[in-house]
Amino acid sequence: MNELLEPFDRMLEALVTPAAVRAVEGGASAVAMWRELAASGFLDALVDEQHGGAGLSLADVQPLIAAVGARAVPLPVGETMVARALLARAGVPIPQGPIVLATSAVSGQIVPCAQVAEHVLVDTGSGLVLTGIGDLSPVATGVYHALAARLVWTGPIVGLALPRPAKGLRPIAAVLRAALISGAAARLTDMAARYANERVQFGKPIGRQQALQQSLAVMAEDMIAVRIASQLGCAGGLDVGATVAAVAKSTASAIAARVANTAHAVHGAIGISEEYDLQLLTRRMHEWRAADGSEGYWNTVLGGARLADAAGTVDWVRAQVPV
Amino acid sequence: MFDTLTLASLPADDAGLRTSIRALIARHIAAVPLERRARSWQGFDAGFSRALGEAGFLGLTLPTAYGGGGRGAFERFVVVEELLSAGAPVAAHWIADRQSAPLILNFGTEEQRQTYIPRICRGEALFCIGMSEPGSGSDLASVRTRADRTADGGWVVNGQKIWTTNAMHSDYMIALLRTSGTAADRNAGLSQLIIDLKAPGVSVRPIVDLTGDAHFAEVFFENVQLGADALIGIEGQGWAQVVAELAFERSGPERIYSSVVLLDAWVRHLQEVGRSDAAPLVGRLTAELATLRAMSIACTARLVAGDSPVVEASIVKDRGTTFEQDLPEAIADDLAAHPDEAISDTLYRTLLYVTHIAPSFSLRGGTREILRGIIARGMGLR
Repeated sequence: MNELLEPFDRMLEALVTPAAVRAVEGGASAVAMWRELAASGFLDALVDEQHGGAGLSLADVQPLIAAVGARAVPLPVGETMVARALLARAGVPIPQGPIVLATSAVSGQIVPCAQVAEHVLVDTGSGLVLTGIGDLSPVATGVYHALAARLVWTGPIVGLALPRPAKGLRPIAAVLRAALISGAAARLTDMAARYANERVQFGKPIGRQQALQQSLAVMAEDMIAVRIASQLGCAGGLDVGATVAAVAKSTASAIAARVANTAHAVHGAIGISEEYDLQLLTRRMHEWRAADGSEGYWNTVLGGARLADAAGTVDWVRAQVPV
Repeated sequence: MFDTLTLASLPADDAGLRTSIRALIARHIAAVPLERRARSWQGFDAGFSRALGEAGFLGLTLPTAYGGGGRGAFERFVVVEELLSAGAPVAAHWIADRQSAPLILNFGTEEQRQTYIPRICRGEALFCIGMSEPGSGSDLASVRTRADRTADGGWVVNGQKIWTTNAMHSDYMIALLRTSGTAADRNAGLSQLIIDLKAPGVSVRPIVDLTGDAHFAEVFFENVQLGADALIGIEGQGWAQVVAELAFERSGPERIYSSVVLLDAWVRHLQEVGRSDAAPLVGRLTAELATLRAMSIACTARLVAGDSPVVEASIVKDRGTTFEQDLPEAIADDLAAHPDEAISDTLYRTLLYVTHIAPSFSLRGGTREILRGIIARGMGLR
C-alpha cells in the first residue's frame, strides 16, 4: 500500500464504518463525516499546487477512489475531488460541501449521492455550471437506502459558469465510476474468498468445491480486469478522452453485476440480509454500473470511433488507448 | 489479492524493433490469404522462421553468448504482438523460441546450451513438447512413457506421446518421461529428456484435425537409444521444470490475439458495407481487447521484475482465451443477423476456421478448468 493510500484508507476505516454508512443511508446527517473528510485535505488531491492543492495526477488518486468504493463511502468523494480541480483550474471559488456531477444536459437524470450533496456541477452541453443542489430539486428515487436522487429542472440552470472539457463531464465521471467499481470488486472478491474458506458444508469448506472455485476464479479475473481498465482510464490525467473512458467504463460496467452476483452466490442467504455488509457494496455496484453510461452506452461510443478508422484493431488500440 | 498486477507501460521502443519486424512481416505475408493468416501460431513456414532468425528476432530474450538478442520481456512482447496481429506463420519456431530455449538455458548443461540454443536462434532447430499421452492429458503426473538407464549411462525410451504439436516437422522433442517408479508415484520420478526425432525407433503419425489441418501428431518410441546427455536438468525434477516451463507458455500476448485476424476482417467488412448497427459489438470486443492487452503487459512487467507470475499468467490466459472464443461466436451472429448482406469467401472461410478451431484455445497449454483451479489456489482456496 503506498504512502498516499495508507493514511487515506486508515481514515476511511475509522470514519466510514459499516454502521456509519447504514446511518447515512437511513437518513442521518452526513455533515460530520464530510467535515472530517474535508479536514483531511484529501479533497484537494487533484487541485493544482498553485491553487493550494496537492497537484496529484488522476493516476495517483485512482487507488483513493478505489478505496472509497471498497468502503462504500456514502458521499461523493471522487466527484468532489474532480469538481474542485476543475473549479480551481477555472478560477471559480470552491464551495465547502459535497459536489456531484450531472453528466447529462437533460432534466430527470438520476445522480448517485445527490441526496447528500450540497452542490452539483452540471454539463449543459455547451458549458459547465455549478449550482446549489436545491436549485435542481433533488427527488429521492424511492429505492431502499439509495442515496441517488433524480434532478429536475425547467429553464436554464443558473450558477457559476466554467469551461466545458472537450468531451464534457461524462468521460471523467465514467472513469471515476470504474475506479469505484474496481475498489468494490476487490473487496467483494476478498470477502467471497474468505467466506468460502470459513463456511463448512458437507463436512468441508465450500471453497474446496470445484464448482465454487471455478466461479471464484472468474471473479478474480474480473477484479483484475477492472483494476487494470480503471488504471488505464486514469493514466492520461483529468482531461479524459472518450475512447479511454469507454474502455474503462465498458469493462467496469460489464463485470459489476457479475461480481456482485458471484459474491451473493458464494455467501448464500446471509448475503441477502440487511445486517450483513455485503449488500452495502453490491447495491452500489449496480448503481455505478449504470451511472454515467452502462457498458452498452460506452460500447457504442467506442465502436463508432473504431469503425471510423481504417487501422487494424491492435494498431488502433495502441494508438488510442496507450499503455 | 494479486496486488502486484497493476498497469504497466511498454518502454519506448528505442531500437525501432516494431518498425523493423513490421517490414519483415509485410514482405513475407503479403501473398498469404486471410484464412491462412487466421491460423496464427499454428501457421507453419520454416523459411519465414529462418528469416526471423537471420534478422535477429528469435531468441530475443536469450543471452547474446548463445546467439540470442539479449533483450527483455517487453521487447519480446512487441515482436510477438506484431507477429500475431498480422497472422504471421510462426509455428515452426514457436515452441523452440518460447519454451524449449528458455528451458535449456535455465536447466540445461553448458554443453546443451551451446548445442541447441544458437541453432534455435537461427531458426534451424525446431522443437516440440512431449507431454500428453493417451492416458495422460491434464493429469500430466500420470505419465507412463519410460526412459530407463542403460549400462553405458545413456537412456532407452519406450512408450507413446499424443497431441504433440508439430512433431512431424520438428527436429527434437523435449519429453516428460518416467525415469523411476510407476504412474502411481505421480510427479515423483519424472524427468525431461531431449529426443532427436530422427533417431531409430521414433515414429511420428500426424493427426488430422476438424479443420483438415494436421498440426498435432502421435509419436511412438520403440527402444529409442539416447546418450547420457539427453537428460535436461535434474533426474526426477521433471515435474518442477515443466511447471516453470508452462509459466512461459501462459504469460505472453499469444493468449489474446488468436482470433484478431478475424476481428480485423470483420471490421473491414462492416466498413465496406457501411453498416454501423454493429458498433456496440465492435466496441465491446475492442474494450475487451484493450483491457486484455494492458493485462498482458502488466503480466510481462512482473516477468521483467524477476517474478514468476504463475497465477497472474493463468488469469490472463483464461480471460484471453474466453475472449478469443467469444469473438467468432459473436461475429457469426452479427453476420448471419444480416442475411441479405453478402460476405466474401475469404471472410466466410476465416470465420468458420476460427469458429471450428476455437475450442482448442482453452485446451492447449492447460485447460480452462485446470487454470481456474490454479487461480483458486492462488486466491487461498483449498
